[in-house]
Amino acid sequence: MNAYVPILVVMTIAVVFSLLFLVLSKLLGPSRPDPEKLTAYECGVPTRGSTNLRFYVRFYVVALLFLLFDLEAAFLIPWAVSFRSFVADGVGYSMFAAMTVFFGLLVVGLVYEWRKGALEWE
Amino acid sequence: MEAFQQMLSQAGWAQGMQPWALSGLAMLFAGGTILGGVAVGAMFFIWTERKVAGYIQSRYGPMYVGHFHGVLQSIADGVKLLLKEDIWPTDADKFLFRIAPLLVFTGAFLSFVVLPFGPDFVGASLDIGLFYAFATSSLVVMGVIAAGWGSNNKWSLYGAMRGAAQVISYEIPLGLAVLPVVMSVGSLNLGTLAEAQRGWLWSWHLFNPIFFVSFVIYLISSLAEVNRVPFDLPETESELVSGYHTEYTGMKFAFFFLGEYADMFVVSAIAVSVFLGGWYTGIPAVDAFVPAPLVFILKSVFLVFVQIWLRWTLPRLRVDQLMYVCWKVFIPLSLANLFIYGLIRSMVG
Repeated sequence: MNAYVPILVVMTIAVVFSLLFLVLSKLLGPSRPDPEKLTAYECGVPTRGSTNLRFYVRFYVVALLFLLFDLEAAFLIPWAVSFRSFVADGVGYSMFAAMTVFFGLLVVGLVYEWRKGALEWE
Repeated sequence: MEAFQQMLSQAGWAQGMQPWALSGLAMLFAGGTILGGVAVGAMFFIWTERKVAGYIQSRYGPMYVGHFHGVLQSIADGVKLLLKEDIWPTDADKFLFRIAPLLVFTGAFLSFVVLPFGPDFVGASLDIGLFYAFATSSLVVMGVIAAGWGSNNKWSLYGAMRGAAQVISYEIPLGLAVLPVVMSVGSLNLGTLAEAQRGWLWSWHLFNPIFFVSFVIYLISSLAEVNRVPFDLPETESELVSGYHTEYTGMKFAFFFLGEYADMFVVSAIAVSVFLGGWYTGIPAVDAFVPAPLVFILKSVFLVFVQIWLRWTLPRLRVDQLMYVCWKVFIPLSLANLFIYGLIRSMVG
């Protein structure tokens, strides 16, 4: 657990440092707001319509696929870390065979998505 | 951190201090060093980028500030950004708008804790170092989304959506590409991964054919991960003004900038410790007297230079090409690579 304390310290330093500089820039910089300046910048012309745009559905598909694959990668990591000791213990082959089942499911999933056109972006 | 602790325990004024105070002080020193290093390093990279861009385009780049080739240009720019007006667009979501630059900067900064600059020069030698580094780099996506949504600007939102889709997609080949190396070493600790490459040049992971494929996948995916050309779709200045940070000014903009350059160093440093021999020079006799952090930093700076070089050489990809490369080339390739490596190792032992 002690190994994680430096992370907390560094995180605190980062947040304090960035807040300090944001406050400094607020104090040092000029403040001359005018309504024109505070509008959103969209190429200099007045903005049109709402910002709540409708999005291309592919973005959601990508997020969904990411969840699946990232979870699969998360399952692969502990296996990969222990693989060396599996091989050293002489059970590398059977452990690899066990992982191949999971691996096969992953590949079948990828092929299915591919055939279904989930990976197309037009 | 160990190096600081050792130095402190030998220093005269620190004698008789409690052990917890000593290690706390060492942590503060280490954190301060990382902070200073990140700030100075990022400024140095910004200057390098402008010089390299200049020479690639047959011009000089910054020449005046600091007399010698404009070395102090970034500091002048930093001071300028600090003194600029802090603009808050009327329609912006105040909370998200404020928190986004902090998330991007903190995310980039936190990854530095696990980078092994040398056997004793590592902030926190975590056993899940590599995993942690990938996790903190995902924190940047949150910042990008918060910036795009909080700005309430169409271009920012487009940039943020593209950025998120791109970064999460490329995280998969990035993670899968390093797995063969993890399987061979049996650890996620970046220091241990570097340690495994001790000895002559050919013991570097780069020179193993399977790890070489991993390295290529990692290098290209990491460019997408830090939104650099040819994968700079979240920023595309020619179509989205400046992407997700269009509405940011002054110091808030500077944090996005610092975060980007710090991130470039982080992905390079991970590549160095996983594939390019960490702090080893490749010649055992030389390793004995060359300081480890120097070797590590020089290698990482070289990789950062490669990223800058690519930016000013290659054109930008389209969104569909970007997704094609990730899902239909890199993911199958890295899966096949992983499978082949597992097969060979389980057969041969």
